[in-house]
Amino acid sequence: MSKLGDDATTATRTLRTMWQIRRFEEAVDDLFARGLMHGTMHLSIGQEASATGTCFALRDDDAITSTHRGHGHCIAKGADLERMMAELLAKETGYCRGRGGSMHIADVATGNLGANGIVAGGIPIAAGAGLAYQLQGLDRVVVSFFGDGAANEGAFHEAVNLAAIWKLPVIFLCENNKYGMSFSTEKSFAIENIADRAVGYGIPGVTVDGNDVEAVNEVVAAAVERARNGEGPTLVESVTYRWKGHSKSDKNLYRTKEEISEWRDRDPIIRFERSVVERGVLDQAAIDAVRAQATEDIRTAVRAANAAPDARPDDLLEAVFAPATA
Amino acid sequence: MTATPTAPAGTTDQGRVITYSEAVREALAEAMSADERVFVLGEDIGVYGGAFGVTGDLYHRFGAERVRDTPISELGIVGAAVGAALAGMRPVVEIQFSDFTCQAMDQIVNQAAKIHFMLGGAAEVPMVLRAPLGSGTGAAAQHSQSLEAWFAHVPGLKVVMPATAEDAKGLLLSAIDDPNPVIVLEHKLLYRTSGPVPEGAGRVPLGKTAVRRRGRDVTIVATGVMVQRSLEAAERLAADGIDVSVIDPRTLSPLDDAPILEDVSRTGRALLVQEAPGHVGFTAEIASRIVESPAIYRLLAPIRRLSGLDVPIPYAPQLETAAVPQVDGIVDAARSLMKDS
Ligand SMILES: Cc1ncc(C[n+]2csc(CCOP(=O)(O)OP(=O)(O)O)c2C)c(N)n1
Ligand SMILES: [Mg+2]
Repeated sequence: MSKLGDDATTATRTLRTMWQIRRFEEAVDDLFARGLMHGTMHLSIGQEASATGTCFALRDDDAITSTHRGHGHCIAKGADLERMMAELLAKETGYCRGRGGSMHIADVATGNLGANGIVAGGIPIAAGAGLAYQLQGLDRVVVSFFGDGAANEGAFHEAVNLAAIWKLPVIFLCENNKYGMSFSTEKSFAIENIADRAVGYGIPGVTVDGNDVEAVNEVVAAAVERARNGEGPTLVESVTYRWKGHSKSDKNLYRTKEEISEWRDRDPIIRFERSVVERGVLDQAAIDAVRAQATEDIRTAVRAANAAPDARPDDLLEAVFAPATA
Repeated sequence: MTATPTAPAGTTDQGRVITYSEAVREALAEAMSADERVFVLGEDIGVYGGAFGVTGDLYHRFGAERVRDTPISELGIVGAAVGAALAGMRPVVEIQFSDFTCQAMDQIVNQAAKIHFMLGGAAEVPMVLRAPLGSGTGAAAQHSQSLEAWFAHVPGLKVVMPATAEDAKGLLLSAIDDPNPVIVLEHKLLYRTSGPVPEGAGRVPLGKTAVRRRGRDVTIVATGVMVQRSLEAAERLAADGIDVSVIDPRTLSPLDDAPILEDVSRTGRALLVQEAPGHVGFTAEIASRIVESPAIYRLLAPIRRLSGLDVPIPYAPQLETAAVPQVDGIVDAARSLMKDS
């Protein structure tokens, strides 16, 4: 099986996606700090390889469910940057017409069944989507992204068990970034690896370095193949780290500066860049160009979103129920 | 959009002034100091100090055992509180956003609320569940709901919605004393508002409605952050010569309706304000109590309810503001009620 960094085209695409995620979130962080963005934000800076490696193992017609920390999943699955940014800027042209915001972006057309404001809320939904594909005789698979914290919700246990007994085509992708808000995995689990929970459901569990985009991609690709062949779900634990606070109210009292800077040194994007340069797949000029392109992609998205009309309150009441179709 | 602080924190001629969240924290600290059965548990309430900063430094003052951080497991947290209460403790649960009580509904509704009754009085569940509710923070549909009517509908649960700093402290102390499960719903826009809480201020009894302002023309009944907004509206109406009462039930279950019925009988006009969607909302209960009582004969105009739209809370600020009653809307509703009669 070929790796994401083996050829220049795939390496460029992988790198551009990771940089788009990074730049998108930096832009959001900046807009928020300047009071130009509303609500709260959960940034995934530092976790780009996990989202990208996973989504790049999927076909366009495969699906994902995402989380409150979902910008990366959304971008890696192919969402439109301008519509995402417009949503965060409360615009009529946003993915949810300003009704959902950061935590509720979905793009059913690209197989994104939705971010979620409820921890673990998407996990049973992923099992259900997998059930639908199985019933429809399709060979599509579903990836359910969730955090380490979510693995302690009842919803996780119930959904994984259903998927296991029905052999549903689902990949449970746990992004273990060491903390659920302020609570560390050392305190919230009495086991070493979250993937070990798979044993309790009779499915395979794999722990992978979530800051290695190629390793994530390989592990997920194998799980996808299993799922497509009707062999059932896999629990993948992708070990990574969020650089920023949990959300806007986080004072980082529960972790040390040293720990954060140690993980910053393991930057998943720089790591992939070094690797492809060493392997002679891309040269430094090509890498600089990808980064510049991604920066420009986000600038364009912010500019266009800013120019779009504001979301309108006039038809809120009509928005609650889907219209009856004859 | 945010509620106006009544006064800056500090000391004024009203005595000591503290914030609503300081008042909650003070109640927790006093209860833990006075009774070693009391302990608090919830997500990120320890070193982090709570998602809204309410538990603050309690972790450093009372230690990790009594200010207990939990995994993200709402059903487990509430269930553990029910069990601990049955076994002789006085747990106070913090659910990070009241929306996440949905995860714990079995333990709240099927267990905590019913155990005392089902067991023929052989057991008690003296637990408190505190949770922030309401919109106004841009957190969208799954983090902004006002679900108080759900809880108030369940026999066996007591439900309180403190609207001032003094009540935030006093009602919580009474809730902790109470031998029954009590749901305390704190509006998140109120946390940073401040009000007088005299040094040593004590319990505010459950099940006692407060008359915040007495007027001649209209009785406004409001809950949560709508109490503040109604008081602001009252000032503006007064400038127009419309003199309103503002009544805050404080405890939704059990409901002390006598002061409401008495005031409506006097003014002949009732304006019922809540943030939650109107359909099957708490104020529908108030309206029923009015029409089921002799106060109905004194009505000069149909009862008017002003509620949130029957929609999930949207994200965009202009949409969010449009979805729930604001001061302008309360003023307009009171004016139109005067015109209708
Ligand atoms: C049911 C529920 N409980 C609590 C929360 C509040 N909350 C939002 S994100 C979060 C931490 C989630 O941790 P994890 O699953 O590890 O994901 P991460 O934030 O680390 O990406 C918490 C406690 C929530 N949104 N939903
Ligand atoms: Mg986490």
